[in-house]
Amino acid sequence: MIPEVGNFALVLALCVALTQGTLPLLGAHLNRQQWVALARPAAVAQALLLAIAFGCLTTAFVQNDFSVVYVAQHSNTLLPLQYRVAAVWGGHEGSLLLWVVMLVLWTLAVALRSTQLPEAMVARVLGVLGLVSAGFLLFILFTSNPFERLLPGAAEGRDLNPLLQDPGLIIHPPMLYMGYVGFSVAFAFAIAALLSGQLDAAWARWSRPWTTAAWVFLTIGIALGSWWAYYELGWGGWWFWDPVENASFMPWLIGTALVHSLAVTEKRGSFKNWTVLLAISAFSLSLLGTFLVRSGVLTSVHAFATDPRRGIFILVFLGTVIGSSLALFAWRAPKVGLGGRFGLLSRESLLLTNNVLLVVACASVLLGTLYPLLIDALGAGKLSVGPPYFDAVFVPLMLPAVFLMGVAPCARWKHASVRELARTLRWAFVAAAVVGVGAPFLFGEWKPLVALSLLLAAWIVFSALLNLFERVQSTRAGQPFLAAVRRQPRSFFGMHLAHVGISVFIVGVTMVGAYQAEKDVKMEPGDTVSVGGYSFRFNGVREEKGPNYRALVGDIDLLKNGAAVRKMFPEKRFYVASSMPMTEAAIDTGFLRDVYVSLGEPIDKARPDAAWAVRVYYKPFVDWIWGGCVLMAMGGLLAISDRRYRIKARSAAPAPAVTTASLAQNA
Amino acid sequence: MNRFLWPLIGFVVLVALLAVGLNLNPRDVPSPLVGQPAPLFALPRLDAPEKEFSPQDMLGKPWLLNVWASWCVSCRQEHPVLVELAKRQTVPLIGLNYKEVRGDGGIDIDKLAPGNEKKMVIARAAEWLGKHGNPYTLSVLDMDGRVGIDYGVYGVPETYVIDRAGIIRMKHTGPITPEVFAGKILPLLAELSK
Amino acid sequence: MKPRHKRIALILAGLAILAIAATLVLNAFQSNLVFFFSPTQVAAGEAPKGRSFRIGGMVREGSLQRQADGVTLRFVVTDTDKDMTVAYKGILPDLFREGKGVVAQGKLGDDGVFAATEVLAKHDENYMPPEAAKAVGDAHERAAANQASAQAAARTLKQ
Repeated sequence: MIPEVGNFALVLALCVALTQGTLPLLGAHLNRQQWVALARPAAVAQALLLAIAFGCLTTAFVQNDFSVVYVAQHSNTLLPLQYRVAAVWGGHEGSLLLWVVMLVLWTLAVALRSTQLPEAMVARVLGVLGLVSAGFLLFILFTSNPFERLLPGAAEGRDLNPLLQDPGLIIHPPMLYMGYVGFSVAFAFAIAALLSGQLDAAWARWSRPWTTAAWVFLTIGIALGSWWAYYELGWGGWWFWDPVENASFMPWLIGTALVHSLAVTEKRGSFKNWTVLLAISAFSLSLLGTFLVRSGVLTSVHAFATDPRRGIFILVFLGTVIGSSLALFAWRAPKVGLGGRFGLLSRESLLLTNNVLLVVACASVLLGTLYPLLIDALGAGKLSVGPPYFDAVFVPLMLPAVFLMGVAPCARWKHASVRELARTLRWAFVAAAVVGVGAPFLFGEWKPLVALSLLLAAWIVFSALLNLFERVQSTRAGQPFLAAVRRQPRSFFGMHLAHVGISVFIVGVTMVGAYQAEKDVKMEPGDTVSVGGYSFRFNGVREEKGPNYRALVGDIDLLKNGAAVRKMFPEKRFYVASSMPMTEAAIDTGFLRDVYVSLGEPIDKARPDAAWAVRVYYKPFVDWIWGGCVLMAMGGLLAISDRRYRIKARSAAPAPAVTTASLAQNA
Repeated sequence: MNRFLWPLIGFVVLVALLAVGLNLNPRDVPSPLVGQPAPLFALPRLDAPEKEFSPQDMLGKPWLLNVWASWCVSCRQEHPVLVELAKRQTVPLIGLNYKEVRGDGGIDIDKLAPGNEKKMVIARAAEWLGKHGNPYTLSVLDMDGRVGIDYGVYGVPETYVIDRAGIIRMKHTGPITPEVFAGKILPLLAELSK
Repeated sequence: MKPRHKRIALILAGLAILAIAATLVLNAFQSNLVFFFSPTQVAAGEAPKGRSFRIGGMVREGSLQRQADGVTLRFVVTDTDKDMTVAYKGILPDLFREGKGVVAQGKLGDDGVFAATEVLAKHDENYMPPEAAKAVGDAHERAAANQASAQAAARTLKQ
């Protein structure tokens, strides 16, 4: 009964989404107030219906209702409750449902928090979101219905893929999807602006916090995924340039460019077309990511669904959504003006350079991801593009971008002078150079690339501090210094916090890349192996039973200078229902390093109590990678909480820089 | 030329590329055996292990060969379709039980005495069929997977449609869905039975 | 500077970035494309010497051997037609199993042994990696073609 309710709720939600996607848009166009007024209630109704559907599917999982195909495929009576709940989005159908749930949550948020926006604008934004939602609901109902019945029901479910039975899975996909889907709001604002012809600073100010919020979620989602791969895949790697990872990274790169471009559009009215194009691209890449992962076009660890029919639907959907948006863009963009003018060296031009670098980096990732597909499509054989390609292209592109991160916040809008910038920043550069050149000596071998990376990381921090100091000095007007610091807007701190996050991230990546140590060894019980100043004593393996698996648990003493630090218990699990083996690494996490042990296989399969192949790692600063991401996300949150976004009664009049006159003048 | 059209053009090219890519199903590896005589074998039967079955016994009528194993997760998924097929009694359905014990990751073959493997295979296969229903006219035991290699088995389950003359007419990799069954296998069988 | 010049300068700067990026991409592409070969293709000498590539097929049953150090391994990858010995030092992935599909990346040594730097068996339990399946499929195709020509020859003889 419950699955039928869920199914019915989905059908109703589709009807509501279609209404929401048509009448308000038409109403805004034809100036019919009753139709425009439908947008908000429709958004609320859709959210309620999808909450019901999602609740029904969750109930089916909690109750082990194996007469539902999706539940039978992804759950098992032995599966612990928290994973049964997480299994709701452990497969194709459920994760799509999660996608739409996220979409309607964003829609609801826009509907409720947009009281200061003109009604027509709200109607257009919600209408576009309704159309996107309708597309996904059609997709779910026709090709991937999670409520499909299996009659007679299975006695037992197949179990969730053991790789996904992990706390990381409980939060990683929802966060990632919040980010992916969040760009739909920026997209809807851009389309609404194109439709209405009102591309102005007010539009940029409205869509800015939404874009930043999506970016924050995506940052956290990607970081969680990377952290999950690090501890769950048992290889100690934190990024593999896997197509699925790239699928989430590309929207992030474009989203980052969009956040910066929106800043220019809001403050100076420039880059409007460019911003719109980025907003369309960010959402398009989110859809493309969904497409690549869900259709199985690229096979990889994560691509669990291989069904061409679904792929064709997504492709048609993708073609319709993006194709029509780009057509709308091509039609409307020529009429939009250039906005505020700026000098060759100005904050605008620096941000533009940053944008170009990010977009080019994204394009190179896209190329590396799709190239094997292209070659295969041309029948020219199978090949793969390995991580070295991405490293070789990505790092050189990001080095200048990171350098500019220190310069741009200090540069003036409109026109900046080289001499002034050099004077302001020289001490930051000297200090960064000292740190960059000196710090590698502390970690043993001095490597030029490490020095360069650390220099840039320090450069970001010092230039941010300097920028803060200068800004406070110039605005304090006799006040005490700290009081003046507190008076700076939150978005200013947010920006620098996010930049410092990048710096912390760079330190993590650099240090773990340059100074990590690893060993694969055979260990008899009683053997000791040393890596990175730590010793590991292997005391053998014992058998244990988990709720839905049996495990061989290694018993390892971690020693430093002969003194015991702690015990570590890496596991080799065998999941009963799926008969899949899984490696669970044991990790000792520290501020400055991780120590990581995972079990390979017994040397003699018949004697798991004897010698094992064991892999041990020493990973300096590895947690800074994710710590940096957390700082970036916190920076984003701080920026959203800036009070200028909370002033409700603010007039929606366009900023002076982009009056109609200037539009006409530049057209 | 409107320069704002370029993003659209780039996108159209990308979609075309993806559309082609989509037609390349990574699992759809064309089987060289289609159109060739089904490789011969003689394997013990599950229901009567002392007797052997050979594809030659089936000459004169079209039949299906379905590769399965109790450890195979996707086999459970396609099983209801096979049971449905058996109910209609259109053609004989022969099961090739593939590496019942050796294919199971949870069992270490080196620990088993050679005689025990066959017992274990029979016990496990029979138990599975007892639990999920037996759609097979009969099943044969390919314990070491040698026959599977002759047939080019990439993974379990797989299904072969073999005609009167013993020629393989179709191979399906992966579980048979009701769509595949109704859309591909049934029409082919109808044609072969004419 | 006149606005027009500014614009040109900006466009030139953008083009310069693109040119640098294109150079990077081409350079990296040259050296980092990893091609795929089946054991039969390798046996026929199609695979490059001294360059990394991937091979795929099935791990032959009973072929996995461990050296005394416990982590240096040898196993045979077959497409059922030709075999190929693979040497690897390290821990094998969880889903590596004799008789199952595998893909390995590395270089071909002068002794004909494939020195793998990476072994992948991360597909799901029941299926081979597509590259491995293709290698096995191609070998069957040739076997079938041989069989067909042998039959044709036999028929000709009978007549």
